[in-house]
Amino acid sequence: MSLTLAALIAGLVGGAPQTPPIFNPGAPGAAPRVISADEAVALSRSGHVEADVRFMQHMLLHHAQAVEMVELLKSRGSSPVVKRLGERIAQSQEAEIELMKEWLLGRGLAVAAPDPHVGHRGHAPDPDAPIMPGMLSPAEMAELAAAEGAEFDRLFLQGMIRHHQGALDMVEALLAEPDAAEDPMLSDFASSVTADQSAEILRMQSILSEL
Amino acid sequence: MNIRSLLLSSAAAASVLLGAAAVQAQTAEGQVPPVGSDVRSTLSPGLHDAGQAISNLTLEHSVQPAPGFFDREAIFAPPTQEEWEAMRARAAAVEAGTAEPAPPPRYSALALANSDMAMSNGKLFVGNFNGFNAYDVSGDGAPELVLSVVCPGGQGDVSIHGDLLFMSVEQNRGRLDCGAMGADGDVNAERFRGIRIFDISDLSAPRQIAAVQTCRGSHTHTQVPHPTDPDVLYIYNSATSSVRKSDELSICQEGEPGENPETALYSIDVIKVPLNAPEQAAIVNRPRIFADRETGEIAGLWKGGRFGVGGQNTAQTNHCHDITVYPEIGLAAGACSGNGILLDISDPENPSRISELFDPDMSYWHSATFNATGDKVLFTDEWGGGTAARCRAEDPHTWGANLIATIEDGKLEGQSFFKLPASQAAIENCVAHNGNLIPVPGRDLMVQAWYQGGVSILDFTDPARPMEIAYFDRGPVDGDRLKVAGHWSAYWFNGRIYASEIARGFDVLRLAPSEQLSAAEIAVAERVMAETINPQTQTRPVWEDHPDVATAYLDQLARSQGLEAAVTEQARAFVERWRAGRIDRARAAELSRTVAAVPDNAPAADAARRKALGELFGRLGQRR
Repeated sequence: MSLTLAALIAGLVGGAPQTPPIFNPGAPGAAPRVISADEAVALSRSGHVEADVRFMQHMLLHHAQAVEMVELLKSRGSSPVVKRLGERIAQSQEAEIELMKEWLLGRGLAVAAPDPHVGHRGHAPDPDAPIMPGMLSPAEMAELAAAEGAEFDRLFLQGMIRHHQGALDMVEALLAEPDAAEDPMLSDFASSVTADQSAEILRMQSILSEL
Repeated sequence: MNIRSLLLSSAAAASVLLGAAAVQAQTAEGQVPPVGSDVRSTLSPGLHDAGQAISNLTLEHSVQPAPGFFDREAIFAPPTQEEWEAMRARAAAVEAGTAEPAPPPRYSALALANSDMAMSNGKLFVGNFNGFNAYDVSGDGAPELVLSVVCPGGQGDVSIHGDLLFMSVEQNRGRLDCGAMGADGDVNAERFRGIRIFDISDLSAPRQIAAVQTCRGSHTHTQVPHPTDPDVLYIYNSATSSVRKSDELSICQEGEPGENPETALYSIDVIKVPLNAPEQAAIVNRPRIFADRETGEIAGLWKGGRFGVGGQNTAQTNHCHDITVYPEIGLAAGACSGNGILLDISDPENPSRISELFDPDMSYWHSATFNATGDKVLFTDEWGGGTAARCRAEDPHTWGANLIATIEDGKLEGQSFFKLPASQAAIENCVAHNGNLIPVPGRDLMVQAWYQGGVSILDFTDPARPMEIAYFDRGPVDGDRLKVAGHWSAYWFNGRIYASEIARGFDVLRLAPSEQLSAAEIAVAERVMAETINPQTQTRPVWEDHPDVATAYLDQLARSQGLEAAVTEQARAFVERWRAGRIDRARAAELSRTVAAVPDNAPAADAARRKALGELFGRLGQRR
């Protein structure tokens, strides 16, 4: 039904006083579209969705593993270049862990996601299955912890590259969700993760090729 | 609504103070009007039915928020300290499995807040964090909504020029296409932060025609006409938020000037709008208006922090919050975070700072308004950022108040403070906010919003003794806790006061005569009309010769006992005959002489009134 016809009918049946249509302009140069009052109110919201919460809770665990890996590097690695890189990675990921905790706490949310493996007929998690994209499985972490010297450096770099790639995949998956990452703080954070970890992947690949 | 940055450098502070002709606006005991309490201090709460108090005003209309621009849940309640603790405790409990997670908040702070206003062509434009609305106020009846535009991005400061509407956008979620999806990431090609330009020539099809991107977005903006070319309009953009990444906008860089002299901090944006092709509007200059005049140091003004023990914490000056221009006198007054400044805008593309003011009681210099003659500036201090209760009985009355300054030999001199004289509840956000002049000749009157402190009109004709002459206030929007509401702006537009209310819509008020303001003074003010009014672009009011103008001056002189009784009687009799259509030119000329014969010891305000009245009679004496 066209706007004019609707207005006419409303007038004939003594409907509510006319209010003008609500416009939502497009990009510069484009024509506007008409929206309802409910849509207008919805456009003002910038909350978060379930996917955002899961992302933050999972990324917390993801980052925690990176920090764990760097801990091993301190005592088991040999290349000073790798160690320096590891320090930088740990520093930035620790800062991000704080940020994620604050984001969750500030919204009254749990810092730890409910564990999907608990209650699964009670059997222990598969030691070969990674928990999140790119994360080292418990078996792989054990292998890393047993290595040392140049061998450790190699495993560390390979593992961390995969780990970072996993983080990028998590961000991509989040952005594919409808209405996700509207929250400005979370969207800023997600793009920092992408930018920093992409750069670190390139650096690690270069170091790995020279080992 | 503001940014605090807390670099403390006492050596730098001292040097700024010594370098700047800074005068503390500390006045003698008893000269600053005390903050007491009156009926406004204990009004009953309510969203639609709060108690009201009004003095020397009548409330003509209260207009509800436009459809699509209201949700009770969107009214922002800042978490209290206790609530932060409780949130942490709850999160721990959730982790331990003993509690359910709290539902996420649906709205960001102030998502549907009404904000600043402008008037054009009989329509009142009310900005909102979610877009803007326009109301036809040209008739005698209630304002009528004629246009609603949704385009999120906050804060929605609006101005009009002809068929163009300019809007300030600063939030990261702002998008070029006015969408709701937000703009995620540090670098996003869809993001928009800056000044939007809309074509509103056809109310049935408003169009966004340009979006000028800026490094820190746009918090407020000010139109500056070109001195000679009517096809060019300048916009001064004041931005207070974070600098964008250079990958998103190549002209933007961060950092303090010591590490990065190309920083986007420490300037304003000058945007040039070719009115024949407004889609080509672009930034033409980003002048370093805070630079030290001698050394050229870019960060030349207040570095942030407290001056002295127990003093107010004054924000760092690396941006302006709002600039008011007065093109006819070639000056602009900038309220720039840690300082108030005066700019020479005779070359609008290259504004230059000619004076600056610092005061240890000012927390955040927020707005500036010139008086009509351009020899005073009233600055406001937004201590608490607008979301905090700062008009409590225990709050110092020189904090979160107006600082009244005079301009002497091109230099700003602080004279006094004025604060809302009635204390407000601890659950009412309240601090000095936006307003403009009421065009009564012979007096400096300003109507102003104080958030939930309501609307107040003050007389600052005597810069050392400002006083309130009228008010309107409601009780808190919520009876249990502080929720951000109240009047964002209160402006005099074409005979009425329009006051935008963050959560409740807007109010239309009319002046009522009192001992402080006569019917003739009101009549003169109500007769001053303009097609377009953007409050931060001041124009000199023009009062056509009319019996009410003469009566207004006579009423003022009677109030101050500034005119001899016999002369007053003769002048009033003359004016009565003038009203009846009979002008005795000889008598007019004679009155002109006696009125203008000002005694040497007359106060400046009275001298000015007598001079103006004398000139008015003089013109009548020469009429053919």
